[in-house]
Amino acid sequence: MKQISNAPFMGTEKQEKELMGWIAAHKGEKGIAMNALQKAQEIYGYLPLEIQKLVSRELGTPLSELYGIATFYSMFNLAQKGKHQINVCMGTACYVKGNAKVFEELEGILGIKGGGSTKDGKFSLDACRCIGACGLAPAIMIDEEVFGRLTGDKGELEAILSKY
Amino acid sequence: MKNLDELAKIRDKAKERMAERESGGGGETALLVGMATCGIAAGARPVMMTLIDEVAKAGAENVKVLQTGCIGICQFEPVVEVVAPGKEKVTYVHMDIEKAKRIIEEHIIGGNPVSEYTIGAVI
Amino acid sequence: MVESNIPVGADIMGMSLNGTKFFLKQHRIALRNCGIIDPEDIEEYIAMDGYRALGKALTEMTPDEVVQTLLDSGLRGRGGAGFPTGLKWKFASGNRGNVQKYVCCNADEGDPGAYMDRSVLEGDPHAVIEAMAIAGYAIGADKGYIYVRAEYPVAVQRLNIALAQAREYGLLGESIFGTDFSFDIEIKLGAGAFVCGEETALMTSIEGKRGEPRPRPPFPAIKGLFDSPTILNNVETYANIPRIILNGADWFSSIGTEKSKGTKVFALVGKIKNTGLVEVPMGTTLREIVEDIGGGVPGGRSFKAAQTGGPSGGCIPAEHFDTPIDYDNLIEIGSMMGSGGLIVMDDTTCMVDIARFFLDFIVDESCGRCTPCRMGNKRLLELLEKITQGKATMADLDAIEHLAMFIKENSLCGLGQTAPNPVLSTLRYFRDEYEEHIKDKKCRAGVCKELLSYSIDADKCIGCGLCAKNCPAEAILGRPKEAHTLDASKCVKCGVCVEKCKFDAVVMV
Repeated sequence: MKQISNAPFMGTEKQEKELMGWIAAHKGEKGIAMNALQKAQEIYGYLPLEIQKLVSRELGTPLSELYGIATFYSMFNLAQKGKHQINVCMGTACYVKGNAKVFEELEGILGIKGGGSTKDGKFSLDACRCIGACGLAPAIMIDEEVFGRLTGDKGELEAILSKY
Repeated sequence: MKNLDELAKIRDKAKERMAERESGGGGETALLVGMATCGIAAGARPVMMTLIDEVAKAGAENVKVLQTGCIGICQFEPVVEVVAPGKEKVTYVHMDIEKAKRIIEEHIIGGNPVSEYTIGAVI
Repeated sequence: MVESNIPVGADIMGMSLNGTKFFLKQHRIALRNCGIIDPEDIEEYIAMDGYRALGKALTEMTPDEVVQTLLDSGLRGRGGAGFPTGLKWKFASGNRGNVQKYVCCNADEGDPGAYMDRSVLEGDPHAVIEAMAIAGYAIGADKGYIYVRAEYPVAVQRLNIALAQAREYGLLGESIFGTDFSFDIEIKLGAGAFVCGEETALMTSIEGKRGEPRPRPPFPAIKGLFDSPTILNNVETYANIPRIILNGADWFSSIGTEKSKGTKVFALVGKIKNTGLVEVPMGTTLREIVEDIGGGVPGGRSFKAAQTGGPSGGCIPAEHFDTPIDYDNLIEIGSMMGSGGLIVMDDTTCMVDIARFFLDFIVDESCGRCTPCRMGNKRLLELLEKITQGKATMADLDAIEHLAMFIKENSLCGLGQTAPNPVLSTLRYFRDEYEEHIKDKKCRAGVCKELLSYSIDADKCIGCGLCAKNCPAEAILGRPKEAHTLDASKCVKCGVCVEKCKFDAVVMV
């Protein structure tokens, strides 16, 4: 189940303009609904209902279909994520090399459970699908940067987080 | 691309450039940095920047720092390969900024490969 | 000015990757350019004979000849089941020029523990682009899609650069090589759904919908993307194709085994000394890969099993170390080729837990469309959890086998049909471990927490107190410099004490 945001929607006009511009440029292309949601998430960081409605109206795609897409794929967020997203790889190589421990340690350091965000909104923590850095297992990805060969040591993880 | 001849021309030109890198016709030395996800995650970016800086600082001519993909030895990333004219390729592993500086100084400028950093020392 | 001055001769021997056992046992076709060329420079690809195969196909071969070459080469899909690529192309090749067709590339490398496709995309993106254009010519398509995981930002970036350069050089677009053949490629980003590696689900996802599979037939070669004839191959399959066109079918089919031609790239990971990507001829044994190339299991531990085929595959025990690896042999021994993840496990890996791990993954990733997969795997996972928690009976083992077979036979797509494989293969080779969990409530690998208990060896304990200080549950008591004791009723089995003790005094029982 996906966490759904109940925080008020705080989108800006600039964001809406960017999204509308993108939709205007791509409307009518085949299979565009998913790309539109990806673009919307890139702009807003998540997909609040307000935005799903907007995309639905602009593309003429039923809201139910968009919601179906947004809940199907793991990369779509219905709740706001932290400024930096920590993804702990749960691929097989990382698993056999002890990433479950890294995950637990991160939960402890951040004081949150997997799927949650820190109170200051700085970090969110998730377990994710294999990021393909198996050669460096166990590995985590913060935003688009990969950190590998972790030991799961508290000090090591704190040092990584302190870069953000 | 109009025809195969045009492709052949591009190929021959590029091949010459690369053959120089492999065999050294043009006297050029290439430093190939593995810059796939594994390499970058292990710290290849700062290594590459250091190599570029150090080469420039030393004023070494005919030395090029280039990026490439994954050579397959994830265990030993970041990896830098030195392909010098007419010489056997040298593979440096577990690179970092300090090692990069030493390699430029001793290997590229001084002419002596730093054997303790090569793959031969760890495998 | 300083001249670069490097000595030639013996003192340089042994310093190159090329001289290592890791490298010498390999045969690189799909990875031929990876780690050699600059992936962001099309001219370097061209220098390695890049796009010459496309030129040859367009100007010297008929589309049927291209298809025939693929058929003769014996190339089989590198993404999973190993369907003959040429046959796939042949099915889609009818009615050229009269209907819209598509060429798709599966770069949604979802198997946990596999990253060969990522490496090809990052190290040699043009190989895939060239092969897709060849496929377009062969079946009569002018449009291609690469469906790539959004988790691979570097790969996506390199692909975008490569596509732009290919267009700039006229290798994509209109009238390629002065012929009337036109072709272009678009990138579609996946959004994190494992099932989208299944061909019909992938196409549904490119259409911008929920990536659910649909029944076959009709097969995509007849009715695929946007209801048009479509072929889909994965990255590694495509990476082989330019070489096959250039060097000929006979060259390719001379490599490998009778029914599996060419090479296979494996991502050799897990408990192995030399982690990495290796490309070996089909028919290489597991022993050669693990011991010769991989350097064996590190840390003085012993090899227990190698897992191939991801969540669809199985675990191969040491007794099959000398089986030549090809498509058919792997199925014979209860695993499958899959996309090429090869995860080595040692004696600290619990086989029941590994089966549970994969099933947990499947339950998470099942799209929910068909009941056997959606519900069956969930029930199967519950049964496995009963075992890892020490609550199962021997009757549960029979239930597991029964349910697993049912899921295999009745699921809609490949994901469900292969989902129980990790369970079945570990049951086949490591049944004693399952029984040990059930009957003796014991996990010999020390992984299943519920089955572990810790105690302190009074003879070894010097009373330093380090364990007690770090214990989160305050379960360890004792005076300084006297042997400590561990209160099992308070212990949360986190294992911190084992790690902290410098005298090996905390033991698992």
